[in-house]
Amino acid sequence: MRVSGPSIRLHQVSRHYGTVRAVDSVSLEIAAGSLVALVGLSGSGKSTLLKMINRLVEPDSGTIRIGDDPVDSVAPHILRRRIGYVFQNIGLFPHMTVARNIAIGLELAGETDGRADRIAELLDLVELPQDMASRMPDQLSGGQQQRVGVARALATRPGLMLMDEPFGALDPVTRDSLTDQYKALHERLGLTSIIVTHDMAEALYLADRILVMEDGQIKADATPAELLSGNVGEEAEALVAIPRAQAAHLIALGKLS
Amino acid sequence: MTGPWKQALARVPELLAAHVQISVSALALAMLICLPLAIWAARSPKVAAVALTVASLIQTIPGLALLALFYPLLLGLSALVGGGISAFGFLPALLALTLYALLPILRNAVTGLSGVDPAAKEAADGLGMTSAQKLYYVEAPLAAPTIMAGIRTAAVWTIGAATLSTTVGQPSLGDLIFAGLQTQNWTLVLTGCLFSAALAISVDLLLGLIERGIRERRRILVGAGMALIAAGLLIATLPLMIVRDNVVVIGAKNFSEQYILARLIGSRLEAAGYEVRYRDGLGSAVVFQALAEGDMDVYVDYSGTIWTNQMQRTDVQPKAAMLDEIAQWTSASHGVKMLGALGFENTYAFAVRPADAREKSLRTLDDLARVSSDFNFGTDVEFLERPEWRMVQAAYPIRFKDARSFSPTFMYPALASGEVDVISAFSSDGRIAANNFVVLEDTKGAVPSYEAIVLLAPKRGNDDKFVAALNSLIGAITVENMREANYTVDRDGDKKTPRQAARWLNDKLKE
Repeated sequence: MRVSGPSIRLHQVSRHYGTVRAVDSVSLEIAAGSLVALVGLSGSGKSTLLKMINRLVEPDSGTIRIGDDPVDSVAPHILRRRIGYVFQNIGLFPHMTVARNIAIGLELAGETDGRADRIAELLDLVELPQDMASRMPDQLSGGQQQRVGVARALATRPGLMLMDEPFGALDPVTRDSLTDQYKALHERLGLTSIIVTHDMAEALYLADRILVMEDGQIKADATPAELLSGNVGEEAEALVAIPRAQAAHLIALGKLS
Repeated sequence: MTGPWKQALARVPELLAAHVQISVSALALAMLICLPLAIWAARSPKVAAVALTVASLIQTIPGLALLALFYPLLLGLSALVGGGISAFGFLPALLALTLYALLPILRNAVTGLSGVDPAAKEAADGLGMTSAQKLYYVEAPLAAPTIMAGIRTAAVWTIGAATLSTTVGQPSLGDLIFAGLQTQNWTLVLTGCLFSAALAISVDLLLGLIERGIRERRRILVGAGMALIAAGLLIATLPLMIVRDNVVVIGAKNFSEQYILARLIGSRLEAAGYEVRYRDGLGSAVVFQALAEGDMDVYVDYSGTIWTNQMQRTDVQPKAAMLDEIAQWTSASHGVKMLGALGFENTYAFAVRPADAREKSLRTLDDLARVSSDFNFGTDVEFLERPEWRMVQAAYPIRFKDARSFSPTFMYPALASGEVDVISAFSSDGRIAANNFVVLEDTKGAVPSYEAIVLLAPKRGNDDKFVAALNSLIGAITVENMREANYTVDRDGDKKTPRQAARWLNDKLKE
């Protein structure tokens, strides 16, 4: 089951929308097997940066490599079949059963052998009961739907997972358990994962490396512990301040009672 | 079941088959054009804007006009490529109906495709689908119910509009409606309407079933709907598969006299052993060309019509000289043989009510010119555009208060009821005498002669058996008998069918 995620290297990558620099000459190396959170306010360029890795957005300049291969060395659809992609709006195909949604990547790849076993395995992996397989997506709760979304992304055994606000639209309880479970999955499968989020608390909890983006640039690059200890720049501090204040408030409340 | 119903129903299977054939062909062609176009349009807003604007523009052209437009267009095209394209019948009807069906299919397909949830499309891209795979797995299935609804609308429109294809010589259920309207045979009109409505409703229901099946993802509904449509199509078009050889097609324009003469000619040819088909209700402009192209074998025209419309002449010649020149011209320029004149004239005659004629002492067209500024003019739909009207205006200072067009059926009642004060009647029409209308004399001879003449298609000119069967009709019909025969078909009570009138006329032929 274990795969080994690739490393990723970005070299002076830029993307403009009109006069707006969504991503401004970003250079970055992500080690194989790491779980990186890209944090920032809306419009900071974090989603654009993520989508350039699987070429849903094409950079204006710069190079991106997965392992040693530049991402534009193959056709976009070939590249994307090797990368798992999960996003906030989930995008399950409403006219297909859960099983077919999960297996669609295998169908595209022409893998017919053992498809039913693989679906069962993936349902277990995302902790969904087996009888979900024959349901239609609209019969599922939001959390269940995103579990299917994760299973669909993992079906073809990608080493790299790109996740764009994956749990952003879910209720806090569901979100918390999914975050937990994904972290475990990441480690068990040996993936390289990049997760875009605007929630610093989530990032601090989930990631082993946090990149803070603002105005298309990476303003801070640190481990959760380093971020919490300060001295990593005011942009990062502003974001960390929120969960810190909330935690302090909760602790104070606990002492009162 | 009574006689008229039986007669009307007897014509239904063949016309229904032709109706289904033309409708299905037009719909299929429209889908073939629209679906790829819609896919392109859904990916490019510019293409969508242009395509939808053009389709909407086409929709604003009345169906009848669209059909009529294809006639000269195809003639021109045929001339350009050196002949071989028929401007008559199936092709112009197919093209016009196809254009008509474009809008609902295109609009729904574009709406359906561009309405696909962006999240589903993003997921498809993220999973590594190619553009074609995205269309096949995601966009097409999600847009299918909307696309199907568009096809359904187009099908109903097309089946309705197909009744108009009669006017360009494509058989359809419209044959019954047009012929019935002309001869005031409401049984025929009703039969035509009922069957085309029933056809439209059943197709709508079946396509609705398929649409529901797609929407609710119930394959059994889709399958059942498709099977029923296929079965219906097969049964409806069965009469087309019976191949007939050596069938003679007899053309007729859109008034009773033409229907009667067509049946008279038909009965002669049947007696000579030919199998006969009728193409009724053709426009003046279409019919001669269709004969010259060999789409039709024989029909009756009028010398003045050929003279002014086809030969573009504006001078007036004595009758005999005119017939000679026409015979030479048709043969030299189109290979069409003029068999001869039937013996009566059907010219444009200005008719007024007897009371007006008496009180205002109207006797000639000069008298009419004197009172024309107080008179409302009623004409058939084409007279005001015809050269004869310009010739009359050039000869007499006529300026009417107002002019209105009617189908010939309603023109005579309009004069009788005082809705109009003078009409451009047909001199062989029985309703002139029946209403005691007074025909005003053309003392300056402005209107050319309108001898009824029999014209044969090029391939029939040397068919001796064919010519022999019709020769005895030449010079054998008096205007009195023609009027009487026309009146028995046109009058309100105790109506005869064109076939019955033809039989009566046959007994009255001059030896």
